[in-house]
Amino acid sequence: MLRNPRNRGPLRVLLALGLLLVILFGGLGAAALWATPRASTTPLLGLDLAGGRQIVIEPVVPGNQSVSTEQVDQAIDIIRRRVDGLGVAEAEVSRLGDTNIVVAIPGNPTPEQLESLSRSSQLRFRPVLVAAPVSELPQAPDRTLPLPEGAELEEQQPTGDDGAEVTEPASDGAYPQGLRAGAQPTEGPEDDGGQDGQQGQEDQEGQDDQQQGDEGTGPQTEPSSPSDLAWITPELQQQFMETDCTDPQVAREAAQADPDLPVVACSVGGLEKYLLGPSELTGGNVSDAESGLEMGQGGPTGRIEVRLSLDDEGREAFREITARLLQYGTNSAQNRFAIVLDGEVISAPGVNSVIANGNASIAGGFTQESAETLANQLKFGALPMSFDVQTSEQVSPTLGGEQLRLGIIAGAIGLLLVFGYSVLQYRALGLVTVASLSVAAITVYGAVTLLGWAANYRLTMAGVTGLIVAIGITADSFIVYFERVRDEVRAGRPLRYAVDTGWQRARRTILISDAVNLIAAGVLYWLSESGVRAFAFALGLTTVVDLIVVFLFTHPVVSILTTTRFFGEGHRWSGMDPESLGAKRSTYLGRGQFRAPEERRPRHTREELEGGVV
Amino acid sequence: MRRLARVGNDLYSGNRSFPIVARRRLWYAISVVLILLSLVGLVGRGLNFGIEFRGGTEMRVTGVSQLSEYETRATEAVQETAPEAATVTVTQVGDDGVRIQTGDLDPQVVEDARAALAEEFSVPVQDVTSSFVGPSWGQTITTKAIQALVVFLLLVTLVLAVYFSTWKMAVAALVALLHDVVFTVGLYALLGIEVSPASVIGFLTILGYSIYDTIVVFDKVRENTEYALESRTMSYAQAANLAVNQTLVRSVNTSVVALLPVGAILLFGITLIGPGTLLDLAAALFIGIAVGTYSSVFVATPLLVHLREGEPELRQLEQRVQKRGAQQPVPATVGGPATPQTEPAPPTEVAEDEAPATGGGPGSPSSEHPGGPGAGAATDRSVHPYAQRGPRNQPRRRRRRR
Repeated sequence: MLRNPRNRGPLRVLLALGLLLVILFGGLGAAALWATPRASTTPLLGLDLAGGRQIVIEPVVPGNQSVSTEQVDQAIDIIRRRVDGLGVAEAEVSRLGDTNIVVAIPGNPTPEQLESLSRSSQLRFRPVLVAAPVSELPQAPDRTLPLPEGAELEEQQPTGDDGAEVTEPASDGAYPQGLRAGAQPTEGPEDDGGQDGQQGQEDQEGQDDQQQGDEGTGPQTEPSSPSDLAWITPELQQQFMETDCTDPQVAREAAQADPDLPVVACSVGGLEKYLLGPSELTGGNVSDAESGLEMGQGGPTGRIEVRLSLDDEGREAFREITARLLQYGTNSAQNRFAIVLDGEVISAPGVNSVIANGNASIAGGFTQESAETLANQLKFGALPMSFDVQTSEQVSPTLGGEQLRLGIIAGAIGLLLVFGYSVLQYRALGLVTVASLSVAAITVYGAVTLLGWAANYRLTMAGVTGLIVAIGITADSFIVYFERVRDEVRAGRPLRYAVDTGWQRARRTILISDAVNLIAAGVLYWLSESGVRAFAFALGLTTVVDLIVVFLFTHPVVSILTTTRFFGEGHRWSGMDPESLGAKRSTYLGRGQFRAPEERRPRHTREELEGGVV
Repeated sequence: MRRLARVGNDLYSGNRSFPIVARRRLWYAISVVLILLSLVGLVGRGLNFGIEFRGGTEMRVTGVSQLSEYETRATEAVQETAPEAATVTVTQVGDDGVRIQTGDLDPQVVEDARAALAEEFSVPVQDVTSSFVGPSWGQTITTKAIQALVVFLLLVTLVLAVYFSTWKMAVAALVALLHDVVFTVGLYALLGIEVSPASVIGFLTILGYSIYDTIVVFDKVRENTEYALESRTMSYAQAANLAVNQTLVRSVNTSVVALLPVGAILLFGITLIGPGTLLDLAAALFIGIAVGTYSSVFVATPLLVHLREGEPELRQLEQRVQKRGAQQPVPATVGGPATPQTEPAPPTEVAEDEAPATGGGPGSPSSEHPGGPGAGAATDRSVHPYAQRGPRNQPRRRRRRR
């Protein structure tokens, strides 16, 4: 069989499938052995199957206002999106009583995930008036920061060359990296410059300090713009000097501060402190944010950027802001604007061009992870609310274990019935169905498990049922294929050729129907939320697996089998027996037409029987 | 099974053919009745949305020392006092808490249920709290899902219109799809089955399955009708009918394969597991897949023929075929009606073996396409092997022979 040159192509294809499976399971094995966190070797289960953590959250609005029903609804939506942002896990978010929100997350979420859920989302854009590196090394480990990108970025020294490659909007030096070696805030510029030579920021810092010194003692006038240093009162100056960024109280106060007044805030990670002007934009004006590779003129520049889109109102405001900030020159602190979330500055990029179209990009010193985090914070930071976690407990699965056990038994019985039926229908070819379904099952298992690790994909009961229905759709590909081959055999073709032509026709059908399934999956995935999303994911996955199995397994296997005597000569049990298929070795007349054998005719030549050499 | 294989052979060759396209008024009538029934259910009774959509009552028992069998104990305690609580979800919260979620209950009933739960778990009544829990499947999810659905349908219409190069196939497929979904959802309303997020997922699955099934059938229809247009041996309706018959075995096999596992779960659900996600889903899928198979064969294809029949090109084709039918009084096929009108065909209930009917051709010229072999048999001239080979499609040669 291996010697047969006809089998070379199919064997190569089978080899490709083997390779694919080896990669899949090799990846899974590697992830289970060496990755952190370790991948599980079984699929992750969803809330209804494995239970999870239930958190009761109470939304808190600044001041003593009571939370309105609409606000709670909005909060529920925001939290639901945040949960979705954790991956494709299905979570339940619902209201409890009048103002509380219950979130149930499958599995056992990490403290970071929990904290990112309950984070307040008072996202504001404030101009920077004064910025200063923190004098002593912040004790970063003291505070369990949910999003410790500041600390991470610290190691990843940014290249820091300002916007040379950036085409339209660009701002650089998003984070105060490399400033831990910086000097005392009140000292002169030389110190900074001398110690920290590789950045464009040092000069800026130095200048800040100088300005701060000037302005702090300067006369007070009515501030003309949010960037006006006249905002700084001596008290504020005093407060700024005394602010200790290791104190969590700073963020809390900043979060509750009046948006129309200047405020003192620290960066996430506490590496830099700022005196910020009044709020000019809120998170509500952000329509979208995403992270990705920065694109220069000649393709990706290799840097990671965060792209930010604003709505109409925000666009106009942002144009004004950038135009004003640009006047200060790129070395000035006043050139920067701070993005403040929950009282902490998550980013404070400088401005190097006027951004009129509402699409800004922040680049420089991001890791993939930190860029993603910032993008998510920008995107979901629209809600002016903070959240108090009231309780957080582990809950048992909503679907009883008994129910699950019986469901699995039922599914297994159903699968056996399918095997039985296909063997009855297609005889030996039915075994190919069985094998193909097994390959599909193995592939799906591997993919679901791997995705559980990589994308936090979790199987729920609905997902499992979807997979069971996928048995039908996957098996249908084989049925379409086999029926087409049978049609060709009925038309009088010898099996070997019937397989080739039948496959060509079946392939078309399989491709278009799977394409439509993929469209369905794609649209539902990108446009919907929560449970529907997880469903779409499962649908897309099984469709892709279906294509892989039909193309890389079923067809090659059938092709190889036709070269065996058992199938090629149409054994009674092969399922492709021309006699039982009603083809009486008839004359082939062209497309699906043939006539019955006429006794007086001489035996046909082989070529004739085969309907022309393909 | 042998017999089914033989039926498959006959269906393929056209020896035996179900007048699916010709009888379309009957199928339309059946579908209209089904849809009307569903609409009655939807409008009259309305859908019974579960706690995930409407919110409901949540009771919590804290300080439970005896947690064994908490699920059944809690369920029974609640259902004894509040029989209207159809689905009761019981989960363990933390180490010693039990959470019971039901649909919305009257305050009085809630008090009773609290007392019953307190007694069942031997805790003081104050340790059983109750509160309203809002829907976890919010308005946004529903709106977004519907938006996604509309986009999906538009895209699919576009893709199908391009692929089949006629928008009519896309329309017919969409009608079949809506038919399936409306019927399934209507049945839910009629039977008062609770709609949970899982059922919504089930509905979406049906949608995918239905359109998939219809496309497979239509692909065969496209193939056959293209051939009919080329060779001018069959009217569009005949070609479509033959296509449906030829894929009938596939349709049956596919739906059996899809229904077997779902059916197994359904059976288990009814007999052993009892109401819950599993049963809801299995019921929705079982109904949906069955209806989906039905509609792709009995609704989509006749509708397609209906839509396309008026096209001048196809009308011309039909006239030609009719004329030829008159020349050859006994056509060599039962694939379609003897006189290929679109209206009911006398000889085609399930046609008998057509051998005696053919004009003296030896054996049964089992033919996919009517005119061709009939002519071949009539001339009774052996064809040179060279002429028998060549491209699969040889309409010219036949014309010459005539």
